Amino acid sequence: MARLVGRRALAAVPVLVAVTLGVFALAAASPFDPVRQYAGSAGLRASQDTLDQLRENLAPDGPFTEHWWRWLTSALGGDLGQSISLRQPVTQVVGERLGWSMLLCAVAFALAVALGTALGVAAARRQGGWLDRCVTGAAYVLQAAPPFWLGLLAVWFFALHLGVLPAGGLTDTGEDTVTAGSLIRHLVLPATVLGLSQLPWFALYVRQGVADALHEDPARGARARGLRERTVLLGHALRSGLLPVLTLVGTRIPELITGALLVETVFSWPGIASATVKAATAGDFPLLAAVTVLATAAVLAGNLLADLLYALADPRIDLEAM
Amino acid sequence: MRVRAIRTTAVAAVAGAVLAGTGACSAPSGGGGGADGAGASLVVGMAQEPETLSPLLGYGKDGNSKIFDGLLRHDAEMELRPALAEKLPEVSDDGLTYTYTLRDGVTFSDGSPFDAEDVVFTYETILDEKTNNPSKGELDALESVTARDENTVVFRLKYPYAAFAERTVLPIVSKEAVEGQDVNTGPYNTDPIGTGPYVLTGWSQGEKLTFEANPDYWGGAPKVEKLTMAIIKDDDVRATRLRSGDLDAAVLPPALADTFGEDGGKRVIRARTADFRAVTLPTANPVTGDRAVRRALDVAVDRNAIVDSVLNGAGRAAYGPVPTDSPWFAKGTERRHDPERAEEILAEAGWQPGEDGVRRKDGRRAAFTLWYPSGDRLRQEHALAYASDAKRIGIDITVESGTWEVIEPRMEHDAVLSGGGSPADPDFDLYPLLHSSLALDGFNNMAAYDNPTVDRALEEGRRSGDRDTRAEAYATVQRELAENPGYTFLTHIDHVYVMDDAWEGVTTQVEPHDHGLGAGPWWNVEDWRPKR
Repeated sequence: MARLVGRRALAAVPVLVAVTLGVFALAAASPFDPVRQYAGSAGLRASQDTLDQLRENLAPDGPFTEHWWRWLTSALGGDLGQSISLRQPVTQVVGERLGWSMLLCAVAFALAVALGTALGVAAARRQGGWLDRCVTGAAYVLQAAPPFWLGLLAVWFFALHLGVLPAGGLTDTGEDTVTAGSLIRHLVLPATVLGLSQLPWFALYVRQGVADALHEDPARGARARGLRERTVLLGHALRSGLLPVLTLVGTRIPELITGALLVETVFSWPGIASATVKAATAGDFPLLAAVTVLATAAVLAGNLLADLLYALADPRIDLEAM
Repeated sequence: MRVRAIRTTAVAAVAGAVLAGTGACSAPSGGGGGADGAGASLVVGMAQEPETLSPLLGYGKDGNSKIFDGLLRHDAEMELRPALAEKLPEVSDDGLTYTYTLRDGVTFSDGSPFDAEDVVFTYETILDEKTNNPSKGELDALESVTARDENTVVFRLKYPYAAFAERTVLPIVSKEAVEGQDVNTGPYNTDPIGTGPYVLTGWSQGEKLTFEANPDYWGGAPKVEKLTMAIIKDDDVRATRLRSGDLDAAVLPPALADTFGEDGGKRVIRARTADFRAVTLPTANPVTGDRAVRRALDVAVDRNAIVDSVLNGAGRAAYGPVPTDSPWFAKGTERRHDPERAEEILAEAGWQPGEDGVRRKDGRRAAFTLWYPSGDRLRQEHALAYASDAKRIGIDITVESGTWEVIEPRMEHDAVLSGGGSPADPDFDLYPLLHSSLALDGFNNMAAYDNPTVDRALEEGRRSGDRDTRAEAYATVQRELAENPGYTFLTHIDHVYVMDDAWEGVTTQVEPHDHGLGAGPWWNVEDWRPKR
């Protein structure tokens, strides 16, 4: 297992390097002008002299490969550069925000996996039954609903209509310090919305996997041996039904990140995703490269995690062959 | 075993969620309670977040920056008042030297004293070409700034500039706190130290800024002791959080603000502005370059209809950058909505109706393209209303949207729905919009307007220190604009705020185009008193 991890880590290096090169190439080709974005509305009244001077300071001439190489070498030395759009060092931007994003994503993901599996198993137990129809129907509806819309709906219902949960932010708007209690209350809505947006996949996959497994020989054999239906369902069918879900865990991570992007915006959650949006539209290369590396690393780690879980769940899988 | 583990996790997760939910029920709702005795707090919902809090990079350049003070400040009538300066500056007879005497005994919030060195440092750093301040062009007239002694600062100008004192509302930074940092990305950007009525206690980017009253403020400790600016980009979310009691006040679009009209405890406040919307009519375009077409469009557009339908009544018709209720407005330059007159003007100039209803002259169709920045709904509606009025007199305008990157290369030939506005001095808008030397220089004079009479009047208005001479010069500019409009000015839009009715002393200033932290009823929150 250690060898698999090591091999994947080695393979990740060229991928990450290629991804950053791609980011710089795309940013160089994009129509967004970093100087215009930096200047904002002040730029709409700035003279050409001022704009030229800004350009010289912010976006020195030269091909994007040169900029990329300069960024890469200093990044390896621990200096991720300066974020143009946030007027801060990139390490500070990432340091201040990454934790909040990870907390949000982790809670949402745990919620999606746990609830999705539970609902999937419940639905698979009697395929075509009322519970199954409710679960699949709801899953399709949820899948079609964009996360930001769910977010606005949740704000309207829980914060405005019922008034039981805060509508956004990390803490109460008037508070400076982050306390556990207020953090949890503020986490409930964004994490639930993000979790719900991920849930349909897990529910539907588990439902299909478990339902299929119930019709296969092992389950039939177990029933024939007189085991209780409950044992058959949870002991045999769920185990083989979970296999596709484990792969899903890894492949859902990119969508979790894009989902977090929208959810963080709706709930004013001070995570890394909102900084990413800003970096992308502002042509902020150093910040964009850093967050892209982070996202890529998350996807690669997700895939690795899926493979490891897969091997743990299914003894027939040979780790060395992966 | 594994299954049980999964089941336990699921139960735990659900239980956790439920627990958190019930916990929320028992907690007191909402944040800012407003004026509840000692330690009054105010939570404001803002649409825009500053990129930086460093005045060296442009923060608070128009005054009211809460954390900082300028040498001067504006009062509610936009008149200049002394702030860090003891009194208004002494101006030399040639208008080239401005001398400021500084207030005694002022300290920065970290306790260090304020003196002339801080003023010199602030202005010199902004003008340094390595400093990425996009607004530095506003100090173009400044030649040098020197400290004569600890309490006296002398500004030397390159040319006489009557509006210069208006620029010295610019916030003063602490030299001691900034020195040795990278001005463009250093910690001062997010952790500023100033002399102002409030001290920054936290900035969670994308979420909020929090301030505490500065107990040692030279102007007296503010009564509103806690101030929070929550950043909520989405208008609907902002309205929702205002309604839920999470916010005490917020800026809202007129239509959304009107839904608070009958809500007992809330006030809807409309701030008058110099924030105009105008259509540029580029001289290089053969259609819009024709003075007859420009004059026709100027009287064909129904400005009052735009105010009523697009702005829900929250705004006024505009005939130039100077608002009609400004003391600088030239009375009598208002244009009546008169489509018949517009058709006459066009017919006299040889634009005859074609078969498709669009006028023609020398085989050229009276047609052009009008751009607006994508995503700006207000400008889109202005553009569509303008195009529909133009169509009635036989001018065919194609309305298109794009980002500024798309629009910029086209603005020499295509019209643009532009905006701007700075209430402090007429020179700030008129000169960059109309002076021929600034034609297509960056985003200045986008229409490439070129009128020697206007140029002369603009220069006179800028150089003369005499208020009457200036007023006459700007009246000339406005009369010329009626005769030969380089732009069709459409509206000045009100900025609309909704807030709890819990304070005394709430007023508004005439606001600029930009929505900074300092604009809005809270421009002088340090002077408010909680209502009993």
